[in-house]
Amino acid sequence: MKSFLRGVLLALVVVASIVAWAALPWPVLLALAVLFLLWMQLTRAGRQAGSATSVGVSTLPQRIGSSSVVVVGIAGVVAVLVSLLAMGVGYSEALSNSGSTDTAIVLRGGSASEVSSVLEHDAVLAIAEAPGIARDKAGKPIASPELVVAANLPLRDGSGDEGSVQLRGVGDQAWAVRPEVKIIAGRTFKPGLRELVAGKGAQRQFAGLAPGSQIKLGSQLWTVTGIFASGNATDSELWSDADVVASAYRRGSSRTSVFARLTGANAFDGFKAALKGDPRLQVDVQTTLDYFSKQSEQTSQAIRIIGIVVGVIMAIGAVFGALNTMFAAVAGRAREIATLRAIGFRGTPVVVAVMLETMLLALLGGVLGGLLAWLAFNGFAASTLAAGTTAQMSFQLHVTPALLWTGLKWALAIGFIGGLFPAVRAARLPVTTALRES
Amino acid sequence: MKYLHLIWAALWRRKTRTILTLVSILAAFLLFGMLDGVRTSFANAGKSAAGAERLQTGSKLSFIETLPQSLQARMEQVPGVKMVAYANWFGGAYQDPHNQIFTFAVSDNYVDMYPEVAVSPAERKAFEQTRTGVLVGDLLAKKYHWKVGDKLPLQSNIFPNRDGSKNWSFDIVGVIHASKPDDKQMLQGGILMHWKYFDESNPYNRGRVGWYVTRVNDASQSDRVANAIDALSANSDHETRTMTEQAAMAQWIKQMADVGFIVVSIMGAVFFTLLLLTGNTMAQAVRERTSELAVLKTIGFSSVSVLGLVLAESVALVLLGGVLGLGLAAVLGPLLSAGTGGMVSMPPVPASSWAIGVALMLAIGLLVGLLPAMRAMRLNIVDALAGR
Repeated sequence: MKSFLRGVLLALVVVASIVAWAALPWPVLLALAVLFLLWMQLTRAGRQAGSATSVGVSTLPQRIGSSSVVVVGIAGVVAVLVSLLAMGVGYSEALSNSGSTDTAIVLRGGSASEVSSVLEHDAVLAIAEAPGIARDKAGKPIASPELVVAANLPLRDGSGDEGSVQLRGVGDQAWAVRPEVKIIAGRTFKPGLRELVAGKGAQRQFAGLAPGSQIKLGSQLWTVTGIFASGNATDSELWSDADVVASAYRRGSSRTSVFARLTGANAFDGFKAALKGDPRLQVDVQTTLDYFSKQSEQTSQAIRIIGIVVGVIMAIGAVFGALNTMFAAVAGRAREIATLRAIGFRGTPVVVAVMLETMLLALLGGVLGGLLAWLAFNGFAASTLAAGTTAQMSFQLHVTPALLWTGLKWALAIGFIGGLFPAVRAARLPVTTALRES
Repeated sequence: MKYLHLIWAALWRRKTRTILTLVSILAAFLLFGMLDGVRTSFANAGKSAAGAERLQTGSKLSFIETLPQSLQARMEQVPGVKMVAYANWFGGAYQDPHNQIFTFAVSDNYVDMYPEVAVSPAERKAFEQTRTGVLVGDLLAKKYHWKVGDKLPLQSNIFPNRDGSKNWSFDIVGVIHASKPDDKQMLQGGILMHWKYFDESNPYNRGRVGWYVTRVNDASQSDRVANAIDALSANSDHETRTMTEQAAMAQWIKQMADVGFIVVSIMGAVFFTLLLLTGNTMAQAVRERTSELAVLKTIGFSSVSVLGLVLAESVALVLLGGVLGLGLAAVLGPLLSAGTGGMVSMPPVPASSWAIGVALMLAIGLLVGLLPAMRAMRLNIVDALAGR
């Protein structure tokens, strides 16, 4: 009965600490760590724990095989978790980098994304004249009516399969609306001709996109004149003149969206109100930051959930691996621990010593796993069908410091659970029998 | 076989250690079961027998372009074609514009193309006779508590109604079920409406369809028929591209994500860790039992049979944990799917995953048992008994 109650109590301690560990912000955790260090320095029990730990750690090299199980097990969990989360982060970064608060996108009312929006010619003209749009030196509004369509192109992997790429017909102000888009090879397209420039992500994905080469969209021949880079989702697109795209795709004078550079982020409300108040228009107005963040929400959420589910299952495996190792370590050092107890060490220092040792191994595993994920996957190029578009979007996995911190937190949590039970067993070892054991 | 009890006893010599190791193995194979199930269902998408008989025809330019409806009559004339149906993407959303639902505007014979799903004859008749009628998938109906006879308000992300608003109203006249209860179909989560009603009610469509579905008489003739269909509109302003459903699906999934690569990477990390962990357990088990193994040898067990005993023990350990893990994955998957009302759809663990899984268990078991078993085999009786 007593041992059962103790088991329940321990389980409660585990749950409470994990919840606190996950929920508390880092300043609180730091404060707790400082408190713990002070306890180790200033109290008798703390100093005892310190020396017990150093004894334990000094015997680690003799147990290198079994200790490495803890390290590698946890490194595996952290590496997989961080890599999967980095995928979600990379995806949403590629999209949210595409937006800013001082540019706006105007779509037909109720359209979830660009492809499903249609703006008639009159609406496009009215939008470009709205107040709040910045003007260039010639006094023309910096607004680009754009037409987004999809095109099938052969993939670069040599399988002969075709993939879908987003073709964006842009107005002549498109480059001024998005100053981050730069031509890095060749030249830009000439308006009125069947010429296009390709993003560098699209170039990586699809065959035949080199300056000077010709590609077939449907039955029509287009010339690729250059490659552009932007560092965001635009990289996965092809750009051409909106009028040419409209005639090739029989869209007449309609467009899918209008991108506009505002005079500043604070001009957005006025711009939106003016368009909403215009009785000729039925449009949705968003900053591009809002628009692109919303596009990425679902997918990056889904990737995060997958990462966490996989991480949890792997963590369960790693916890039991750590338990196994630490139980064995405690059993192997039973005599040593019993001796400590016999010469007057209390239970707490023994518990703390075993826990600290496990956490140390876990920390090592966490660092190793994070490093592995960073080395192998930071900047790794991936692609998917982007939500809300009809085409492939390429993006890069990004292992951020925040993700590495998450990985470390997981590692320490696994170490905590894996160390707690063996630590309690060590503290409760009956001194006399343990001393007699060979 | 006669040593089975010996192996079994050795396995449970240290209960805690064995159980802890078993749980680790179980977790690894649980993950394997779930991930490999996902991988297989992605890899096999569209590979059904009925799927092989279906061709999809879309615009060569891109899949958002439409084709003239007049093509249907010409496609039906192509030798080898049994039936031609067509559909349009409606872009339906229920309640919230972001809550999108697969909604297709289809020709009357569309449902006949898919023997995988069934609609009762009475409901089928009602659908044919109701202009604004829709058939809804049973999973969807369950999720939103729809019944036959309900009015169904839908928004379209793309198409306005004749009155200029994007709110459409339909009558639910029937429910789409799967023909085989365990065989989940995409149409169970979708809505079908009349193409005719769709075309008449929205000013933009003007007799165009999104894609054609063709059923061929003989699956082995698919390529020839596909080429013949594409030849119909060669050099026109609506060139087509026809593929088997399987090929179309494979291409689509390839663009979604490289599922195979992700699964293999994760499982590589998992199994590497597992190898180390189980290897450590076995090494400990043999080290502890040095004197016992020496006794076995003393009473006449040959070195090879001692090797066999240890190997069998490690294989048994991994097999036990692995089978439990895969079994758990098989039970958990459907439970998860049912519990979330089809929101999360976990495929069951297919036979191929079991086969790969068991092969992996045997391989891992042998691999981790090898070093300790060699050690046990080379044991010198005198030294071991003396504790040296």
